[in-house]
Amino acid sequence: MPHRTFFWFIIPSLAAMILFIALPVISVITQSLHVEHEKVLVSSESCGPFGCKQITTIDAAATSELRADQPLGKFSGFDNYTNRNHLAFEEVVLAWKSSESIGAFVEKLLNLPFYKALAFTLTYTFVVTPFVIVLGLAIALGVNALPKFAKGPTIFVSLLPMIVTPLIGSLILFWMIDGDGVIGASIQYIFNDPDLSLKASPSLTWMMLIVYGIWHSAPFSFIVFYAGLQSVPEDTLEAATIDGANRWQRIRYVVVPYMKPLVVFITLMQLMDNFRVLEPIVSFASEASATSLSWIIYKDLTSDTQLFGSAAATSVLTIIGIAILLLPVLFRTWRDFSRTAH
Amino acid sequence: MSNPAQRRSTSLAIISTGFVLLWIMVAAAPFLWTLWGSFKVQGDFFSKADWTNALYGVRTIVETGDSFTSNGYYGAWVEHGFGESVINTMIVVVSTVVISLTLGTLGGYALARSGFKYSFWILMLALVFRAMPHITLVSGYLLPFFEWNIWGYIPTTIVVLVAINQPFTLWMLHSFFLNIPKDLDESAMVDGCTRFQAFRHVIIPVMWPGVITTGLFSFLLAYNDFAVTASLLSQENQTMIPKIASFLGTTQVEGNVMFAVAAVVSAMIPLFLLVMFFQRQIVSGLTAGAVKG
Repeated sequence: MPHRTFFWFIIPSLAAMILFIALPVISVITQSLHVEHEKVLVSSESCGPFGCKQITTIDAAATSELRADQPLGKFSGFDNYTNRNHLAFEEVVLAWKSSESIGAFVEKLLNLPFYKALAFTLTYTFVVTPFVIVLGLAIALGVNALPKFAKGPTIFVSLLPMIVTPLIGSLILFWMIDGDGVIGASIQYIFNDPDLSLKASPSLTWMMLIVYGIWHSAPFSFIVFYAGLQSVPEDTLEAATIDGANRWQRIRYVVVPYMKPLVVFITLMQLMDNFRVLEPIVSFASEASATSLSWIIYKDLTSDTQLFGSAAATSVLTIIGIAILLLPVLFRTWRDFSRTAH
Repeated sequence: MSNPAQRRSTSLAIISTGFVLLWIMVAAAPFLWTLWGSFKVQGDFFSKADWTNALYGVRTIVETGDSFTSNGYYGAWVEHGFGESVINTMIVVVSTVVISLTLGTLGGYALARSGFKYSFWILMLALVFRAMPHITLVSGYLLPFFEWNIWGYIPTTIVVLVAINQPFTLWMLHSFFLNIPKDLDESAMVDGCTRFQAFRHVIIPVMWPGVITTGLFSFLLAYNDFAVTASLLSQENQTMIPKIASFLGTTQVEGNVMFAVAAVVSAMIPLFLLVMFFQRQIVSGLTAGAVKG
């Protein structure tokens, strides 16, 4: 295909991506270097019968005019990145100096909003991803062994947790684990503790969010593995059986190697999707015990006074985070590509 | 049957079937429970006394005289105007799917047919874009959109969703196009078609399965999206998912959680039907990218 034709075919799609994905990234970077204008204060002297007082009032008209004039706010350099709500260098140094043990330091660190969100996001990503892979493979092996008539309905049911909107799926779970909901009430009954609430304790909230994540994503890896299992050649399996391999050995030495590229694919997708976790935190209203990077951006953007600079700084940090996370996988893909190309 | 190896595999079969049954329960029970419970009153669905109340509707009978009630649905659809957001969702989703597929088939075809090195780099770029968390992009849109006065409108959201959808659409359609032999369009061009005519009249007709599968995933992305629709749509243009999220704040205060439950079930039903009718396509779509590496 000549370059010209290629260009005309690809241009609509490429334009959409550049305009609405690449440019917003630049916009985010610009915004992150600015901060909203402070309110314009006017001091005036008001004199009454008991003498004069200095009064400071907010000049609303001037404030809104200034904000309309320079919507981006004023240039603030890297302040957005280093302030308390983001990387909080000063607070971290202070916490380091004032803490006697690593534990105390970590505790102080997790009180800072950015590090709190980062801790949950990373935990969520790195716990959910391996669980999803193992659980998905187990379900795939189980379903593969089912009689033919049962496979279709099983796959139908299995797809539901993944297909259903994350916000809705997590709400459904949230209602069930509510103190008065079916799971929540049963757990209170089992442990004989009427005050036990899955929502009140941070560690239980983290656990519930992670359980939701696994429940939501396991179908994806199940389907991918299930399709992969169909492509494992029967001959190889038979040969292994004749050579005396038992069921477990056949899985370990024949099936699993065939699944390797699929594991890379699922890991890549799961890292991307779990790192952006947002909906379950909104549904579970868990911000007291667990927040994520996406959630702090969302909160900055939807609060009454929208903090564009702050949201943008977190966004840039999030993008850097996902880049670091994916670099090994991308590097591998690139290496494989250049190996096949030459 | 006395072969010990086979005996062991029967017990293993029981374990593996049991495991699958357990998984089916875990996957389906929450939905069935909520579907059933949406026809009860709050006192039953969130029963302090006994969880079986939600099954039999004890409080529901006391409060409404029947063991099923559609009060939640009435509240959501009539009192809170859920219907409007359903229409908005339909507009957003259909437009997003149609535009995404149009751009995506053109681009995916070009990527599959050109052997140039830069087509690989475009695919890699798309992968990087795919990794971008949607909310980070939203924080880039908001300020410019406010400035240009295009915030809050449905078309703006559609355009954004199409763009966010492109990386994935390109990848998927590209891998479907690779499956169609090159000879097909080449012979059409030998017969005098231009490249675009060959694409339009020869390739697209055999590409329908791939287009439908990709369309399903575009549908799901637009339908399930929360980050973009919740922050880019004004109150009156809200689609279902942000509407449900805004329900949560208001209904919990008023004690009308059942409105939200009914709305959630209403939004869930189309997805169920979708999986029921297009199960095969969804499965093939999920694996399209994977099996080829």
